[in-house]
Amino acid sequence: MIKSLHKRESELANTKRQLEILSNGIFKNGELPKFKDKISETHLFPLRPKTLEILQINLGYMCNQTCAHCHVDAGPDRKEIMTKETMQQCLSFIKKTNAHTLDLTGGAPEMNPNFRWFVEEVSKEGITDFIVRSNLTIMLANKKYHDLPEFFKKYNIHVISSMPHWTRGKTDKQRGDGVFDKSIQVLKKLNEVGYGMPNSNLKLDLVYNPSGAFLPANQSALEKDFKKALMDDFGIQFHNLFAITNLPISRFLDYLIASENYEDYMYALVEAYNPLAVTNVMCTNTISVGYDGFLYDCDFNQMLNLKVANKVNHISEYEEESLQNRNIVISQHCYGCTAGAGSSCQGNVI
Amino acid sequence: MQKTYYDPADLKKFGNISEWNEELGTKFFDYYNSVFKEGALTEREKSLIALAVAHTIQCPYCIDAYTGDGLQRGITKEEMMEALHVAAAIRGGASLVHGVQMMNKVNKLEM
Repeated sequence: MIKSLHKRESELANTKRQLEILSNGIFKNGELPKFKDKISETHLFPLRPKTLEILQINLGYMCNQTCAHCHVDAGPDRKEIMTKETMQQCLSFIKKTNAHTLDLTGGAPEMNPNFRWFVEEVSKEGITDFIVRSNLTIMLANKKYHDLPEFFKKYNIHVISSMPHWTRGKTDKQRGDGVFDKSIQVLKKLNEVGYGMPNSNLKLDLVYNPSGAFLPANQSALEKDFKKALMDDFGIQFHNLFAITNLPISRFLDYLIASENYEDYMYALVEAYNPLAVTNVMCTNTISVGYDGFLYDCDFNQMLNLKVANKVNHISEYEEESLQNRNIVISQHCYGCTAGAGSSCQGNVI
Repeated sequence: MQKTYYDPADLKKFGNISEWNEELGTKFFDYYNSVFKEGALTEREKSLIALAVAHTIQCPYCIDAYTGDGLQRGITKEEMMEALHVAAAIRGGASLVHGVQMMNKVNKLEM
């Protein structure tokens, strides 16, 4: 298993260094336009939030996997974890907000020792769409996680899981040896309890990230291929496939640089820039909460330590009205969300 | 002086051919885009055909384009290589099948 950038003491573990790379070179010498200049062409700068719809909470960076492309730089060696106190602050906000979706992510959010308590408390608040982003293999990692499918069912959790391909080779190359077989095993278990079945209200969606320096193809065509292959080969069913573009940050940035694909990838993102996607990017309707309670415009900004540009920037003092008046913090990584049909944690945006 | 006949950057300029003949260029790209839309064959199948043909005609631009296109569509390297072997088999077979003509000629002329 590979180690996180933090454990390796890579220079990219420093978010300032990542932002320097994203602002220098081809973006400094004018070969490619900076994101700010690009969105200014269609008068979309500064990017402003719309109504808050989604609250995404990161419960910690600890994970049982160390995926090659992980934008969180998560892994077993990451110890950052959300405390119960911060969870309580999140709960206070959830009681007040009109956001219809709550999205728990990590790392592996299930590894937070207060995960189940938090899920139980949140479920009392009547959130319309309560998502847990699960890497699937966590449900086999330890006996204490084996009943998670039933636990998710009990609280009507919407499960979203990563699955970069329907073949073992491509999946294991991105997510680690043995991940494909374990993921298949868990998907079967989720199907058994009712997840992902046609007409079932137990939602099971998969996330596709390209396993290399290329952009995802048409989301609905990929979904069709995934559904056919997983059904034909394993009898597995799921609802939707979300095609998510890999953003050039953290471990994926490390891979791009090491494989000498960085410049070509940035060219591909800029060429695929779609102004229509800008108006629907997820930072316009989402707030991302870090494990320590700080607020970000999106999960990617969180991983670059780009806090919201607002005097209130912590969940403990959250004021929805004040945050609605902020400008969204952007850099060149944002091209990842505006390529083609756009990309978000919920897949395409147009 | 340019040192190579092919420059990968030229692929991005493909659309510029319309500048010198807009009517025909536009017709070509309209046709091209229609050809690759899903019909009786899926876009994925068409991408694999394009990749195999690209190798048959040995077009570096097309190989570059349709390898990338295939990866985006989730086509595996095993599928890509099988498609190439189909192209290679047809190409090799096309040479070899002319051996019948050679044999006919030899049989006709030899005592």
